[in-house]
Amino acid sequence: MNNQISLTVNGIKHNLEPVAGETLSALLRQRLRLTGTKIGCEEAECGACTVLVDGEPVVSCIYPAERADGKVIVTIEGLAQRVHEEMKLHPLQEAFVQHGAVQCGFCIPGQIMTAYALLKRNPNPNSDEIRFALKDTLCRCAGYPAIENAILAAAESLRTGEPVRKPNIPDSIHVHQSVGHTHLRPDGIEKVTGAAIYTDDLVFDGMLYAKARRAMIPHGFLKKLDISKAKALPGVVAILTAEDIPAEHNHGLVIYDWPVMVGVGERVRYVGDAIALVAAETQQIAEQASALIEAEFDLQPVITNPVMAHQEGVPQIHEKGNLLKHIKVRKGDMEKGFAESDIILEHTFHTQTTDHAFLEPECSIGVPLADGRMEIYCGSQIPYQDRTQVARVMGWDESRVRIVGQLMGGGFGGKEDVMGQIHVAMLANVTQRPVKLLFDRHESLLVHPKRHATQIRVKIGAKQDGRLVACETELYGDTGAYASLGEKVMTRATTHSAGPYDIPHVRADCYAMYTNNPPAGAFRGFGVTQSAFAVESAMDMLAEKLNIEPVELRRMNALHVGSITNTGQELRESVGLMECIDRVSSVMCQASGLPEKELFKPRVTPDTPHLVRSWGFAAAYKNTGLGGGAPDKSGAEVELFDDGKFEVRSSSAEMGQGLVTVMRTIVAEEMSVAPEQVKVLVMDTDLTPNGGPTTASRQTYVTGNASRYAARTLREAMIASLAEKYDVRPEQIRFENGIVHANGHSMTYAEVAKEMKAMGQQPRALYEYEAPKTQPLGTGGDMHFAFSFGVQAAEVEVNKLTGEVRVLKVISANDVGMAVNPLGLQGQVEGGVMMGLGNALTEEFIMDNGYVVTDHLARYRVPGIMLTPEITSIIVEHPTAEGPYGAKGVGEICSIPTTPAITNAIYNAVGVRVDKLPVDQEMIARELWERNGK
Amino acid sequence: MNLWQNYLRPKTLSEAMDAFAHAPRPLAPIAGGTDLLLDLEQGRHSSVQTLIDVTEIKELLALEIRADSLFIGASVPVNRIVLNPRTGAHAQALTEACELIAGPQVRNVATLGGNVAHALPAADGTIALAALNAEAEIAGFSGNRRIPFQELFVGPGKSSLKHGEELLVGFYLPLSTRHQASCFKRIMRPQGVALPILNCAAWLEREDNAIKDIRIAVGPGGGTPFRATQAEDSLRGQHLNETTSESALESLLAQAQFRTSARRASADYRRHIVSGLFRDTLETAWSRAK
Ligand code: FES
Ligand code: FES
Repeated sequence: MNNQISLTVNGIKHNLEPVAGETLSALLRQRLRLTGTKIGCEEAECGACTVLVDGEPVVSCIYPAERADGKVIVTIEGLAQRVHEEMKLHPLQEAFVQHGAVQCGFCIPGQIMTAYALLKRNPNPNSDEIRFALKDTLCRCAGYPAIENAILAAAESLRTGEPVRKPNIPDSIHVHQSVGHTHLRPDGIEKVTGAAIYTDDLVFDGMLYAKARRAMIPHGFLKKLDISKAKALPGVVAILTAEDIPAEHNHGLVIYDWPVMVGVGERVRYVGDAIALVAAETQQIAEQASALIEAEFDLQPVITNPVMAHQEGVPQIHEKGNLLKHIKVRKGDMEKGFAESDIILEHTFHTQTTDHAFLEPECSIGVPLADGRMEIYCGSQIPYQDRTQVARVMGWDESRVRIVGQLMGGGFGGKEDVMGQIHVAMLANVTQRPVKLLFDRHESLLVHPKRHATQIRVKIGAKQDGRLVACETELYGDTGAYASLGEKVMTRATTHSAGPYDIPHVRADCYAMYTNNPPAGAFRGFGVTQSAFAVESAMDMLAEKLNIEPVELRRMNALHVGSITNTGQELRESVGLMECIDRVSSVMCQASGLPEKELFKPRVTPDTPHLVRSWGFAAAYKNTGLGGGAPDKSGAEVELFDDGKFEVRSSSAEMGQGLVTVMRTIVAEEMSVAPEQVKVLVMDTDLTPNGGPTTASRQTYVTGNASRYAARTLREAMIASLAEKYDVRPEQIRFENGIVHANGHSMTYAEVAKEMKAMGQQPRALYEYEAPKTQPLGTGGDMHFAFSFGVQAAEVEVNKLTGEVRVLKVISANDVGMAVNPLGLQGQVEGGVMMGLGNALTEEFIMDNGYVVTDHLARYRVPGIMLTPEITSIIVEHPTAEGPYGAKGVGEICSIPTTPAITNAIYNAVGVRVDKLPVDQEMIARELWERNGK
Repeated sequence: MNLWQNYLRPKTLSEAMDAFAHAPRPLAPIAGGTDLLLDLEQGRHSSVQTLIDVTEIKELLALEIRADSLFIGASVPVNRIVLNPRTGAHAQALTEACELIAGPQVRNVATLGGNVAHALPAADGTIALAALNAEAEIAGFSGNRRIPFQELFVGPGKSSLKHGEELLVGFYLPLSTRHQASCFKRIMRPQGVALPILNCAAWLEREDNAIKDIRIAVGPGGGTPFRATQAEDSLRGQHLNETTSESALESLLAQAQFRTSARRASADYRRHIVSGLFRDTLETAWSRAK
């Protein structure tokens, strides 16, 4: 072994002792505390850990630290220059912020370092060269178009010395002073400089490292558990088993059915069940100890899919059986409906399990406090729920737990369930030392809930002229070992399973089933992704049978103001579906220079007769908010500080989607200040009021409203104080650019704050917003307070010889009510399309008899920049009266129609109907060669 | 668990062989580490005491013309191969294969030696080298020797290198003259493991509008890198056209042993798609050799 590693990092020389087994990323992150270099996989797959070694980009996660001896390293922290007191960003950093390329931010250091190396070599790259350089640097928020534009803009600025060119994003048509204009993220700069702190970047004095021992068998009883060898390992501080669980043994979001640990004699229901927890002085020791724990199981037959789970005589995984819920939708009279139909079409579809693959794996740190309380640092979509769940298991009052939410490297629904939060609380409590539990990618893939795999049968009846008369669907959803949000997800799948259409007779039955697969829960699209694929495929099949154009068939049946949904809700406003259909259609015609009825025919160029192109079309809708009778509340607090700046606070989660920008813009609007004057604090159960779960595309609406009303309340309090002080009527007081004018007097906000305090008033206001009441499924009335609508068209090219599919263009129109922040919206729309594209073409979480096959990122393909089509986003704004400035949700709708638009396009190109996801090129090729009889 | 205890960084071949002789065992040479470290981590490689870093051994880092060959050291990062004009000129198929390996941050650490030492019969670099008629230089305790590239392969994942005693030094590729050209192409599947489902490399020499000599490699076409020798025979002396390429394809299909790899491609599918890939690769090489 060499006795020194001497290396230069960002211009500073270091001489370090070699540590056996250390990688360069570990040296940078742990020893030099340069945590801007991120770890997304440790498999050389994601590129998040890219740094420059002697000027060349390399993945630092598999780069032995000792090899770095004598080398010059540049990390993301080394790009910005300190000029006097100010940080001067590198043009790439500047451009990434300006162009909205930064969402959750976790991939950004890797993107920027890779781009930096590219520009050094090639100062004037074209789009193809950029894509080629970034082809293995993954972004799950998938702002690839923005990343590309940012690099082009930075390159230009570096060449010309001019400031970075700004993107050209149109404002909302309902623009206000702040709201409706593009605003930059409040956390953008820290995310491009590497200063942003995610949970794993935190280190506490005396911190221990934890590892959960997983069952690694899909179904069986734990017969024996022997921790003695592990306990004897030097450096192990604590090992806990189910016997050590202080109070409640189960956790869960709706149903408490998920054991914190499985005890001896108890049932293991999936490979990821925890059976023991280790805390040790180092990560290596914790892992070694976990491997030394000996377990024996009495294996049971494995329930591998929801249809099997529903059969008679199969083993029952839970006490109440395998059926989590039978969900029913009833409208009209099916017999009559099908009798009246001229044409009836029936087909069964299958959708796969997928993983969120957020780039930041789960991490939790439990920190015991001297007063007996416990702080938990983690990335969480529902901080208050985490608190409840931890407290229940610990047998504590909730106030003893504080969840301190950290920046999240993506969530997409996958960070709603607790992962390590309870485990670190238990370990930290026993050891009275801080404990960190970081999942590696492997554990993340095994353990957290996925998107439900489904089987969906659709039977549609229509009149010869195209009017839909009846739709019957039957769904099976694989909710895996535990309920998580399974019932809610499959309810949404079911209620939306007849598509965004006005159909008199509808019946849907869904069986949400437990199986021995990893649990399934929330995932962007929340069940509607699956049912939209089925019904939108069926719509195209129907269009062909009826000889009606796909766009026309949808126009004829589209939901409109006055329609009654399948659950009996009258749509009274804000139904922009028709506009979405028309605008996508016209952009499609423009883009291809074809009339509408030519769009969906196959097209070949003479030179390459095996490459066939065509367009595909799909529409969808998605509720905003929890709905179904669940009280939908959010709290926000706005405070005016002595320096005249504001802070808005809510526990709602920022996972990259841009809620913080929305909250800040809204408060700026209400307070008549620049958004930069408003700080945002989120995700802390001690410091922020409960914003509820960040799910169901609800936060812009509910926390947006809570922020707006909290700001208004504070504004009124400010007005009241000043009215009293100057003895004027409240109407005479005006707010303008950080100054309050009261009948000739004027005061800065800082002065107002002091004035209010002097008058014994606190310059802050808390508001708990409650969205309009909704009704449970089956009772009629308003099941949801708002719906977003989306339409997408995709142009694909299919290789008839190989079956390969390329998506060339996607046009996406989304009725979002009102675009609060057009730049953020753009990122959501582009990311949504890419996630939909992954769902169609690349992603498949594979299980083999309950064992996970896709247990590394190398086996689970997330779409990269090379697959990114040209994306055109059309914003449709049919305001909803109750939403903040008319806004409703966007996070999910923009991802839902992509998959069926692609599969419909494949059919239009080569006549092969994809009814099972993901698209299998071999299946396409096979059908084609069989059809040709060779 | 630590993936290794000792890390040695020999700078010359003799230092490396010394390390092989004396370092605590078990030991393994490490180049880019993209495969080895993951195999260690995921338990596919038995654990090691010592890693011998071969990326700074000067003999393994050369990329130069030596007599009538292009020598590419086993530890040259594949990105250097891609960017080097000599490889482009003399071994375009190899450049094209290396270009397709991951992103730049992986290509800057991955090496051809590492790629080949794993003895996967269908690795992109391997298929290109097979068509280019490479020779491999191997260092051992009793000196260096050169063997035909194919002899490095014993079976899927099994190389003829003596583990812990021998080291790949590099590859010799015949220099290209006028009317000689090569090409590499592959077909991917977007789901699952990042391996091509089929790849093909061709090298040929043209004379008077006919194929004077030709080498074709296809992966995976067997347990070791597959050379379509029967297709080569059928094409030698022929003008490349629809008929000759069709009959060469038939020879290839008769000789290759396509197999089904679970969740990636069936043998059937490979047999069907190979025709387009084969023709494409051949035609490109043919027109390049003009
Ligand atoms: S590539 Fe290094 S962390 Fe993913
Ligand atoms: S911003 Fe790229 S992963 Fe989130």
